[in-house]
Amino acid sequence: MNLLGEPEVTEEGEFVINIGPQHPSTHGVLHLKVWLDGETIKKVQPHLGYIHRSIEKMSESLSYRNFIYVTSRMDYISAHINNQACALTVEKGLQVEVPARAQVIRLLLAELTRLGSHLLWWGCTGLDLGAVTPFFYAFREREAILDVLEETCGARLTQNFMVPGGIMYDIHPNFQKRVKDVMVQVKSKLKEYDELLSGNVIFQGRVKGVGYLSPEDAISYGVTGPAARASGVSCDVRKWFPYDGYDKVQFEEVLDTGGDSYARYMVRMREMQQSIHIIEQLIDNIPEGEFQAKTKMVIKLPKGEFYQRVETARGELGVFIVSDGGSSPYRIKYRSPNFSNLCALSKMATGAKIGDLIAIMATLDLIIPDIDR
Amino acid sequence: MKPLLEISFSSFAAQFDKWLNGVVSNSFIVLVAELVVTGVCLLAFLVLLCFFLGYMERKVAGFIEIRLGPNRVGPKGSFQIVADTVKLLFKEGITPSSSDKFLFHLAPVIVVTAAMLAVAPIAFASHFQVYDISIGVLYVSSVSSVAVIGILMAGWSSYNKYSLLGAMRSGAQIVSYELSVGLSLISIVILTGSLRISDIVMSQENGWWLFKGHIPILISFVIFLIASTAEINRAPFDLTEAEQELTGGYHTEYSGMKFAMFLLAEYINLFVVSAIAATIFLGGWMPFHLGHWHAFNSIMDWIPSSLWFMGKTLFIVFIIMQFRWTFPRLRIDQLLNLEWKYLLPISMVNTILVTVMAIMGWHF
Repeated sequence: MNLLGEPEVTEEGEFVINIGPQHPSTHGVLHLKVWLDGETIKKVQPHLGYIHRSIEKMSESLSYRNFIYVTSRMDYISAHINNQACALTVEKGLQVEVPARAQVIRLLLAELTRLGSHLLWWGCTGLDLGAVTPFFYAFREREAILDVLEETCGARLTQNFMVPGGIMYDIHPNFQKRVKDVMVQVKSKLKEYDELLSGNVIFQGRVKGVGYLSPEDAISYGVTGPAARASGVSCDVRKWFPYDGYDKVQFEEVLDTGGDSYARYMVRMREMQQSIHIIEQLIDNIPEGEFQAKTKMVIKLPKGEFYQRVETARGELGVFIVSDGGSSPYRIKYRSPNFSNLCALSKMATGAKIGDLIAIMATLDLIIPDIDR
Repeated sequence: MKPLLEISFSSFAAQFDKWLNGVVSNSFIVLVAELVVTGVCLLAFLVLLCFFLGYMERKVAGFIEIRLGPNRVGPKGSFQIVADTVKLLFKEGITPSSSDKFLFHLAPVIVVTAAMLAVAPIAFASHFQVYDISIGVLYVSSVSSVAVIGILMAGWSSYNKYSLLGAMRSGAQIVSYELSVGLSLISIVILTGSLRISDIVMSQENGWWLFKGHIPILISFVIFLIASTAEINRAPFDLTEAEQELTGGYHTEYSGMKFAMFLLAEYINLFVVSAIAATIFLGGWMPFHLGHWHAFNSIMDWIPSSLWFMGKTLFIVFIIMQFRWTFPRLRIDQLLNLEWKYLLPISMVNTILVTVMAIMGWHF
């Protein structure tokens, strides 16, 4: 039985393989049931739930300060942005004004996270397509970013720094200098990435024209983020619904019309440059002042429903809180980008080869714990 | 000028033969004993060579991937591969319960035997050759293609769908690329007029075929490098293993020593392919000579021929290793397109060009 309750029928001559839950290129415990005809894919069916930790249910018994920490474990590559979304939702309920300094630092950390996430994705894409070397090159720059994040908030992977009302602590005195150094490094290495992978004939052959996603399909499946922008769907939350002062910085929404894996690849590569552009605008202009607004010790949201969306590295993350006036959410729902993006996989991969399926998954940049939550 | 150190294998072998005949009177026993001694020496050499190639691969990978590579076990990490081998020796050899046991155990033996047999006619130095068979080149290409049977056997008997997919891919891949490898070998055979490895090496006394043969031979050299990389299932043509797609392909179910045999076969194949390329295109053990520069030539002669051979072979090994660590993997249809739409037609035209060149005597 599949998710929709339809029986799974295997016709004669069909070759069914289970990719995952333990597989080198699902990057986690995703289970894809693939119907094959020779090497050609007839149908893909994702099976979920292997890493379901009931984060939404858990959040109902945690206070408004504490539930934010759990969300770092959803999309663990962009933990800062998850935290930001939750903090923004709570702030919306409290109607607290976040100090300008906190806003700018939040933006900087979010963009650093996005940059680090895209670097990881670039390395993994190379790895999934059989080129091992890009992984090491990407990690060289990602390490530098992680070092900055570690110095700022103490953690390298599941960071917790954004709290309702601002940020937890003030930034480290070295922060500005180190970020500038990292930007110089990443900027110079982006050209190297293009030489190593983007321009490679084999790589282009593997991704061009593979896994086409039409704009209509992207919208109907709810695909967001770079995957949708590569199909020409303008959906950047940072532009459409600016939060934390994204309306005050200059950046371009990266769009492509190719719709194939190569377009998704190029959108992410160009987004890295936009992130660098945003960071460079802000790094010298961090205003002085408070880093956290005054909030009560025990936060209680007024009765009502609150929704906030942010743009993570993979797409639109929505946080929906229903409050009954108590100190913890009555009900909470996350709209995770990876779940919707995964739904389009079957559409994109049908008719492709097994190798293409891996390439499509790589360019969708799926993070499995975010799908199951 | 005489070479610094020249191992005269033939005179050594003749003396050994004489001594053994003096000790044992039965000539059949002498023959068997000689074959066993040669086999054991070759086996030891090949295992040591694979240790070295494994170490070299890790160091090359480390160099390309801006990391150090092995550097803990032994001097400069050189015993790392020994430690790995010991680990593989002590690992449990798991046999899947529903596999075809006989074929499952036989497959790695076939693969490794095919790889080792192909070493026989290779000339390691002047007069240093295990068996100078008259059909040397043909022998190597035919024996090495037996390996595909072992791979198909491994994939089929494992009772694993990934293994089966990997094996089917290898069937398509190796059989196709054999053609291009064969045609590039033939272009040299046309020029030399002999399939014997020693004849091919001697024909390059006044210059390597890569330099003597003009552009057609350059093309066949490049085609040989590409096609033979595909034939030995190395990245970017490692579709039969394809870790990211098939989790290991035909050897998914193998562990311990049986897995190590596949690994051994891979490195022996790498060596054989590079040695053949070095022999037929780069003059084998022939030193590098430059026209009438007698001083230069005599210095080149001074370098032992075994060093010349190993140097050229390892250079080609180095090139093939760089392929692996820089290129992404091809897709199965692209792989077959490359062979049937590009390499094979080019090789065919190239073979005709070489034939015309040989008839007209346009080469040096």
